[in-house]
Amino acid sequence: MFTPHTKHDVEVMLESIGVGKIEDLFQEIPAQFRYPDLNLPPRLTEMEAAAELESIASANATTKELLSFLGAGAYDHYIPAAVDNLLQRGEFYTAYTPYQPEISQGTLQAIFEFQSLICKLTGMDVSNASHYDGATAAAEAVILAYGHFRNKRKKVLVSRAVNPQYRQVIRTYMQAETTLQIIGDDPETGIEPDMQKFIAKIDHDTALVMVQYPDFFGRIIDYTQLIETAHQFGALVAVAVNPTAMGLLTPPGEIGADIAFGEGQSLGIPLSYGGPYLGFFAVKDALLRKLAGRLVGETVDADGKLAYVLTLTAREQHIRREKASSNICSNQGLMTLAATIYMSLLGKHGFQQVANLCYQKAHFAADQLSGIDGFSLVDEWTPFFHEFMVKCDEPVEEVLEHLLQHNILGGYDLGQDYPELKNHLLLAVTEKIKREDIEYLCAVLQEENHG
Amino acid sequence: MAEPTIFDLSVAGRKGITFPKADVPETALPKGFVRGKLQLPEMSEMEVVRHFTSISQKNYAIDLGFYPLGSCTMKYNPKINEAVSRLSGFAAAHPHQPADSVQGNLYLMYSLQEMLKEIAGFAAVTLQPAAGAHGELVGTLIIHKYHKDRGDHQRTRILIPDSAHGTNPASSAMLGFEVVPLPSDSRGNVDLEALKGLCDDRLAGLMFTNPNTLGLFDENVCEVVKTVHEAGGLVYGDGANMNALLGVFRPGDVGIDILHFNLHKTFSTPHGGGGPGSGPVAVAKHLVDYLPDPLVGIVEEGDEENAPLYGFIHPAKSIGRIKSFNGHFGMHVRAFTYISMLGKEGLRDVAEKAVLNANYMQQKLKGTYTLPYDRRCMHEFVLEGFWKDVPGIHALDIAKRLMDYDFHPPTNYFPLIVHEALMIEPTETETKETLDRFVEAMQKIAEEARTNPELLHDAPHNTPVRRCDELKAAKDLVLCCYVGDDWPGEIV
Repeated sequence: MFTPHTKHDVEVMLESIGVGKIEDLFQEIPAQFRYPDLNLPPRLTEMEAAAELESIASANATTKELLSFLGAGAYDHYIPAAVDNLLQRGEFYTAYTPYQPEISQGTLQAIFEFQSLICKLTGMDVSNASHYDGATAAAEAVILAYGHFRNKRKKVLVSRAVNPQYRQVIRTYMQAETTLQIIGDDPETGIEPDMQKFIAKIDHDTALVMVQYPDFFGRIIDYTQLIETAHQFGALVAVAVNPTAMGLLTPPGEIGADIAFGEGQSLGIPLSYGGPYLGFFAVKDALLRKLAGRLVGETVDADGKLAYVLTLTAREQHIRREKASSNICSNQGLMTLAATIYMSLLGKHGFQQVANLCYQKAHFAADQLSGIDGFSLVDEWTPFFHEFMVKCDEPVEEVLEHLLQHNILGGYDLGQDYPELKNHLLLAVTEKIKREDIEYLCAVLQEENHG
Repeated sequence: MAEPTIFDLSVAGRKGITFPKADVPETALPKGFVRGKLQLPEMSEMEVVRHFTSISQKNYAIDLGFYPLGSCTMKYNPKINEAVSRLSGFAAAHPHQPADSVQGNLYLMYSLQEMLKEIAGFAAVTLQPAAGAHGELVGTLIIHKYHKDRGDHQRTRILIPDSAHGTNPASSAMLGFEVVPLPSDSRGNVDLEALKGLCDDRLAGLMFTNPNTLGLFDENVCEVVKTVHEAGGLVYGDGANMNALLGVFRPGDVGIDILHFNLHKTFSTPHGGGGPGSGPVAVAKHLVDYLPDPLVGIVEEGDEENAPLYGFIHPAKSIGRIKSFNGHFGMHVRAFTYISMLGKEGLRDVAEKAVLNANYMQQKLKGTYTLPYDRRCMHEFVLEGFWKDVPGIHALDIAKRLMDYDFHPPTNYFPLIVHEALMIEPTETETKETLDRFVEAMQKIAEEARTNPELLHDAPHNTPVRRCDELKAAKDLVLCCYVGDDWPGEIV
């Protein structure tokens, strides 16, 4: 199996070391704690393990069997076959972090291309080589901004329409900073698309203003005034970006964002029950040296040949230890590769096409749903992308249960995170949803109504 | 020749994939939001495939050869892991699905939590952390909240041995702890006298890697834990080196309070060229309530006819959520598969063979290279990569020369307490023949250092690129492909 030693190998090796048996190598471990009797299931052969895992997997009903309108931070997009095929090359996935550039040019060039693609997509100047996911990237944005003002500005404003999990993770990361206030996402400030109450909170003590684009409810909001106001007060602006929407929408770099970050799962990464995904993080040049995580740069080798290396490593934990800009070490290497291959395959045309299909189909679905008694669109005048909010007259749990009985994952129950949005559903539509799927969803909801 | 980038290869008008036309009526996007330019590459599918295949061939990888990177545990990544993690039941599951539609996933996560508890001797495990350093952050968050809840606000210091990985101090600093370095004694253990001197009511905890990064098992482990506990501190175990201990020793049994695992080291999930990792955290009984929210648990007991119902539970004093969704689930599937295939006998076999391989190599190399701590090692050992009689040669030269012999170099210049360190971890999956070939290469390099030092200075010679100018990279920063304003990208 995974240890190749023959009995003969072991004997020769022990003799060379000068001990009689393998147990002699562990004598420094306190005897009373040596060799615990582990209570684990009996070991399986590969054939048995394969069957066991098949059986566990088949206990799930997933987006493969069910018609899914679930989004809220993870999206079911089509992944071209070439993405996973290339990802399964052992040269990529069984390599370590590219600390030795001479024998890691494949990984390094792929990250360099990833950085370039993220910059082009978001309109920013510099991208790092990834964070764990959108939520931890959000926390890193707060750390960056707080540190940028040397902890002197004591407020971070986060919109209530930023993904609730991102807001939770920010608060977890920052809990030891007792003088830092994370505000702006209370029910009173609310989720009105004009953002006026939120903008009114920006002041000279604000280090960072964070919004999402499109927001957690899929709404495409014009942040021009918000960003202008933030900059008037000298605050930084971080925009959480849905990367798929960038095929259609003006990128955050063009509307003045200082930091653009987000969840890269929709760039060719399977849903996989929540991970591994990909946090991307890009900034304007002025913040380059404040970036956490790895960066790949271009250089030349001893023969003057073009080469790539990890650069500006003096910001990182293995050099600076407690003075590092972040503790991040392992990042999402292989996921950045998936995203790079995905974006290369889709290219300009495919990317635009996917974004446009998501936009059109979501609007068609919203239009159809709003025609059903008992269901209404919440925010008819705000354009949206990928997903939209629907208010249900019936309790959401009953609607979702009825849909699941008809093999539909009906969307995300917003009441879980927003008490003011009890009986509101968030439905996501990607390019994989066909017109007849939307019509089927509506038919089942009609039936619920009359049933 | 250098491989062009995807932007160099782009030709306007090429397509890698097309999608079906819209089957719904069009709705126009309001003008103010419409993007003007999208500068993404335009390539055919085959060109994309050739490009990435071509650059992949410039990588070294476990699938190609021996990768003795100390403290990184570059063991073989079984192919079955890749196959099962791609089963649609796992890969197509949406993280917001209702619990009763994903009982398979929840069962798997629950079982993995149970397995890890048993393997390391703890009361509970969270699978949420994304990597080892992320696990450390969870650990320092727990230490912080634990003392805060007890009103012990003066506990602001974390002790970190001077041999520790850089993430330990960086993680502590993220919580505002004062990092106090702890010296090692002449045998490479934590210096007990120094430890006792630092154990006062300012002590929040100790971050303790055992076996440490010298590959040595701390012989005073029980005394170290007792000393910290008596001073009211918690002991965080960095589990980066758990590969040496599987089935042999459980850190929880000696009172370690918190421990992170690296599924991508010990439990064979691939390193992926720098991630994704996975860093589950285990805690002792008194810290269970502090774990990140949520955990997977049994929400309804089963009986003879019905399986239990799995779902999410919420620890009472939780530090909070530390990541979106449910951790790196794809890595959980792989680690679960690996542990299922090993069982208790297989796990012990892993540790034993990893330690056997390391001691064999240490024995073979210690005449040629200086072994600063001449003791029995665990799964790795550290040599000095220089000789007094060959002043111009450094660990870096030896590391680079190894590439010419088709080996990945060992970790070098770490741990910091060994001058010109070369840190070698063979792992259990390597054959004696491979170890012998590596030893032979190391011996040959030692000879070359004396007879032909230029060979080492100029190494590597046979790699896709040669030594890279890192100063230039940092000085003339180029972090993106050049794509000028005139580069095509108009949206039509």
